[in-house]
Amino acid sequence: MTGANAPLLEVRHLRVEFPTRRGTLVAVDDVSFDLAPGEVLGVVGESGAGKSLTGAAIIGLLEPPGRIAAGEIRLEGERIDNLPYEKMRRIRGAKIGAIFQDPLTSLNPLYGIGRQLIETIQTHLPLSAQAARARAIELLKEVGIPGAETRIDHYPHQFSGGMRQRVVIALALCANPRLIVADEPTTALDVSIQAQIIALLKKLCREHRTAVMLVTHDMGVIAETADRVAVMYAGRLAEIGPVRDVVKNAAHPYTRGLMGSIPSIGERGHRLTQIEGSMPRLTEIPKGCAFNPRCPDRGDRCTRERPELMPAPTTQAACWQYDPAGVGTKARETVDA
Amino acid sequence: MPEAVPVTRPVPQAASGPLVRLNSLKRYFDVSPPWLARVLEGKPRAIVQAVDGVDIEIARGETFSLVGESGCGKSTVARLVVGLYPATQGGIEFDGMDMSVRRGSADNSAIRRRMQMIFQDPYASLNPRWRVFDIIAEPIRAFGLAASKDEIKQRVDGLLRQVRLTPADGAKFPHEFSGGQRQRISIARALASRPEFLVCDEPTSALDVSVQAQILNLMMELQRDYGLTYLFISHNLAVVYHISTRVGVMYLGRLVEVAATDTLFRRPRHPYTRMLLDTIPDLEMTGRRRMPVAGEVPSPINPPTGCAFHPRCPFANDRCKKERPELLAAEGTRVACHAVEEGRLPAEERSYAGH
Repeated sequence: MTGANAPLLEVRHLRVEFPTRRGTLVAVDDVSFDLAPGEVLGVVGESGAGKSLTGAAIIGLLEPPGRIAAGEIRLEGERIDNLPYEKMRRIRGAKIGAIFQDPLTSLNPLYGIGRQLIETIQTHLPLSAQAARARAIELLKEVGIPGAETRIDHYPHQFSGGMRQRVVIALALCANPRLIVADEPTTALDVSIQAQIIALLKKLCREHRTAVMLVTHDMGVIAETADRVAVMYAGRLAEIGPVRDVVKNAAHPYTRGLMGSIPSIGERGHRLTQIEGSMPRLTEIPKGCAFNPRCPDRGDRCTRERPELMPAPTTQAACWQYDPAGVGTKARETVDA
Repeated sequence: MPEAVPVTRPVPQAASGPLVRLNSLKRYFDVSPPWLARVLEGKPRAIVQAVDGVDIEIARGETFSLVGESGCGKSTVARLVVGLYPATQGGIEFDGMDMSVRRGSADNSAIRRRMQMIFQDPYASLNPRWRVFDIIAEPIRAFGLAASKDEIKQRVDGLLRQVRLTPADGAKFPHEFSGGQRQRISIARALASRPEFLVCDEPTSALDVSVQAQILNLMMELQRDYGLTYLFISHNLAVVYHISTRVGVMYLGRLVEVAATDTLFRRPRHPYTRMLLDTIPDLEMTGRRRMPVAGEVPSPINPPTGCAFHPRCPFANDRCKKERPELLAAEGTRVACHAVEEGRLPAEERSYAGH
């Protein structure tokens, strides 16, 4: 998938479980993908699809009782999913940076941003206090904060939402990580600020060759930013492929429905494509393909066997349509006949 | 307005004229520090000019949308229109009746019945301790719209079906539903009093896109079937394009441009409107560059002099810094911009992929 380059990140058969009193919930179920150096992978899906948990599993920040129950995560060839807490803490920040949705909760309100930046820099890089401060100012300049020399001593509440998100990005970049996991980085921002942040993220990962795993529900952001897209549904990967193909020629019926439901400028007043029903709860994931009760193309095989990702015309899709044996008898046709 | 369905309107209405008219509507909020801090520390009073002179006419059966970034005052307008905030200045007319005039409570409730609101957050706008049946029946009971318990039951069942839920759902509590289903309950409650005018404040912002599509389709169907008039508040321009007849763009409490939807998206006049359109993410991947605009919305406590947009505007000159532009008619639209008025800023045509 990545040619001669060895993948930076390999996720294999990842399974995240939440043991509860009523049984074990499988929030991420057998998810595998690669991320090349410098690549931007978009992860989309509806709330509850498991996209944020996949990101949290990679940075090792799953909240208990959530746990990785099976699978492997490798960063530059080394397993990181089973590291002790202290070792993972070293990697997080140094090799993997994180950007979360709400910049106000990612920053400590009691400390100036300079102190937070310097602390992060000194944790991961052997720099003196003075050199760390100089680097912090340089980072703030790089993420486009005007007057970085004075702003460095300000507190998070003195910044606007967009500026705060820039500070968080600077914080993620402190130790020049190879990978940034960005979970809904623009969702809390206004559209004009969103455009600024996306442009900034793109510029930074081009210049530093940082790979980005961009988790969002906003297809517009993905279409502009990502090289490849992974579509998640009910904890599973439904489709993965180059951004253009996933947006324009989606192979999986769920991806097609999702793309059709986005209003676009240019067409007006018509009915939007509607996927009937809603995503199943984790306690009620149907047998076979998780999407089958809502799928217009389902056959009897879809209700029995779970499809793996398989080659579709331009992408990889988890749908029996692309299996030589097909979906089996179509339920609706038999009803009609 | 095709198909006059049983939802009839007992109140006679003037056939002509707009349904809703806002006359230089203003709403200021006092956010001053406490008196003691003002006296001891010499802090000044602070007034947020959340809505600062907005004129809008909304015709019957149309969807008028207000767009803008956070803090531009669009939600405050929505709340003013339904009477959740009193206006600081200016007036609201509904079907020719001035809403600020004191009336008897019977008259007031007759007007109130005709306008309802749908809120953004379906988790916060439904009482978690009430069953869905009672939530939807409340307006029917409050306005005395049904004579007997059986009739209330019939009406609520009908409303649930209208929003694609089942009568059995009435016995459940809100927490048993997903976000999209809760928003359907909000819509059923809003429709319960048989209103003509719905104020929708970001009704789909909290929902996933596939659920958003279901709600937008439902809203458009209801409008077609019952001739509803919508005031639609959103920051999502694609959604606004999809659903609106006319659009008003707000910036720092004022309207900067009002136009028919197609005109606004294809021939935007005001520099702020152009900037907003530039920021729409490009799903068609036409290779169009999104222009990140410098700067952010200034504080409404201390808005810039003259045109509030001038610090971010690439076309601003000295006049823009001093003189506040009025909303003037310009080729079928209304624009508040000196550059457009002086002809310094030619109109530009925009096309959207594939259309």
